Amino acid sequence: MTDATTNTDTGNRSGIEIRNLYKIFGARPKDYVEKVQAGMGKEELNDKHKHVLGLQDINLTLPPGKISVIMGLSGSGKSTLIRHINGLIMPTAGEILYNGRDVVKMNEEELREFRRHETAMVFQKFALLPHRTVLENTCYGLDIQGVDRSKSEPIAKKWIERVGLAGYEDNYPNQLSGGMQQRVGLARALANDADILLMDEAFSALDPLIRMDMQKVLLDLQAELKKTIVFITHDLDEALRLGDKIAILRDGALNQVGTGQEIVLRPANEYIAEFVREVNRGRVIRAETIALPLPEGELPKMKVKASSVLEKIARRMADAEVRTATVVDAANKPIGMVDMTTILTAMVTPASVEEGDDEVEEDSAA
Amino acid sequence: MASSCWGLPELMCEFPSLPNSTLRHMRMGIDDGFRGIVRAYSDQIDAATRPLQWFLNTLEHAFVDTPWFIIFALILVVVWFASRNPKIVLGSSMGLAFIGIFGLWEDTMTTLAMVTVATLIAIILGLPIGILMARSDRMQKILTPVLDVMQTMPSFVYLIPVVVIFGIGKVPGVIAVVIYAIPPMIRLTNLGIRLVDKEVIEAADAFGANPRQKLWGVQLPLSLPTIMAGVNQTIMMALAMVVVASMVGVGGLGKNVLQAINNQFFTIGFLNGFALVAIAIIFDRASQAFGKRLQKHSEAGHD
Repeated sequence: MTDATTNTDTGNRSGIEIRNLYKIFGARPKDYVEKVQAGMGKEELNDKHKHVLGLQDINLTLPPGKISVIMGLSGSGKSTLIRHINGLIMPTAGEILYNGRDVVKMNEEELREFRRHETAMVFQKFALLPHRTVLENTCYGLDIQGVDRSKSEPIAKKWIERVGLAGYEDNYPNQLSGGMQQRVGLARALANDADILLMDEAFSALDPLIRMDMQKVLLDLQAELKKTIVFITHDLDEALRLGDKIAILRDGALNQVGTGQEIVLRPANEYIAEFVREVNRGRVIRAETIALPLPEGELPKMKVKASSVLEKIARRMADAEVRTATVVDAANKPIGMVDMTTILTAMVTPASVEEGDDEVEEDSAA
Repeated sequence: MASSCWGLPELMCEFPSLPNSTLRHMRMGIDDGFRGIVRAYSDQIDAATRPLQWFLNTLEHAFVDTPWFIIFALILVVVWFASRNPKIVLGSSMGLAFIGIFGLWEDTMTTLAMVTVATLIAIILGLPIGILMARSDRMQKILTPVLDVMQTMPSFVYLIPVVVIFGIGKVPGVIAVVIYAIPPMIRLTNLGIRLVDKEVIEAADAFGANPRQKLWGVQLPLSLPTIMAGVNQTIMMALAMVVVASMVGVGGLGKNVLQAINNQFFTIGFLNGFALVAIAIIFDRASQAFGKRLQKHSEAGHD
């Protein structure tokens, strides 16, 4: 076992370990790996050698039982990266380790078995089978595994009900709305009972309200199922909502990996700072992050949980018309305090990020 | 002669061709060689085509000898189950009645047997070839020009080798019809499979489907409407070719048309022609309605 994880609450399960992954597109990608590894840039490779650098030197650990979000804009390589995990795309160099096995080294038959039993995938455009009913679509993964319908149908029915589509079993996908179709996509993936759930921009094609709805469905399911989910998105808000861990991909390279708070509070570079600017910080930052040391003497009467987000705390404090509150941990033990000013300062986007450019201009003009 | 060539020397006036004697030798050599090969293997060729001959005769007898009203009803039942459309059934019965009233029933049955056999063979051969073609770009590169030749070569031309190999009769007729009618079957099978949504194929891959599961579970069902269009085209082309095939001894409506051409029997020609049109329309409407019913799942909008 290469990656018997140290994470105790998920037991001895293996995460996914991506190591030194390179993907070059073109006629003879193998010829250029070494040059790229030695530092040849994307532009040089493209202009001089007519090869496209899809992914470069990706090192990423996707922890078991957690939602890892890979975020990037179109062309960043995020869809390419997720397809490496189940071998739909093979890398030019590198390893993808799961349970001590390297996906890259599997032969066709091993890869098929791996896909059948260890992974399931949800697609941006749903990719349902139009000639199969909702029930038959949900059975698809089990059909492929050779499971008899008498066994697979009850399983499928259970998941159809779980995603809120009970009663639609005999409808064809074309008779359903986009949100409902993606619920079928989710049910189909869950029916596979695989540990790894790959979601390729699964909610990007949905209306904002339905998207929020599906995010909630996913979070509810995950609270119960604890699967190893890899979620691809181009939407930072979605990434922050869902991700236990977020990796930001740009031009085929990882720019920053961390929790949502880490990324919002300490963006690694200008590019990420630009993204973070538009984020509703009050919904991301938690009390524990900005808590001040406990004051001498009497503690404020109002208690807030360390894991509460600032927006919630601010609302409660405003309602109660108090200016300070005690932050308590899960065991109700005081660990610090917050006041209105600190909360407000943390919630508004800091000037250095928000108006950095303007200020520079003003300074230089003066 | 040279005068029509602005006084140019002969080499520039007339396209330099091989001398006539060389061409004649070449022609005779190929023809004789071909005939020799055919003669040497005539027993094997006969043996190979015997099942086909038997199948043709049996089906023709079945169609011709069965009382007309049974066949009449049978065709309407088939049309009903294919189309589930009373209008098409009504139209078919009118077409068949027209054929019977003008005394063409028996000839039509002969033609029907012929077209049925030819279409079945075209489907049985065309479907796997089309699948092969869809799976390999190389296969597609090789087969496309072959299909082009099959479709553009005047059908009379390949009647010649067919007759040399198989002689005169029903079997060479069917073979000629199959050659003529199979290209749309192959092409549309290939096209249908290639047009299947890439995302759905990727989903099948992601769930670990093997090539066989992908073919039967995804590619064929999703390309079925296109394949059915191919079947429809194949039937139409087979019906058209039956007339030409009558030149090598195929009976039925085609033979009547051929006689009408030779004797300038205007009425007979048109009546037989219309009888062919009538079965063509029956087949076409029934098979198209069947193809449409197959994609019912994609038509139903969400409400």
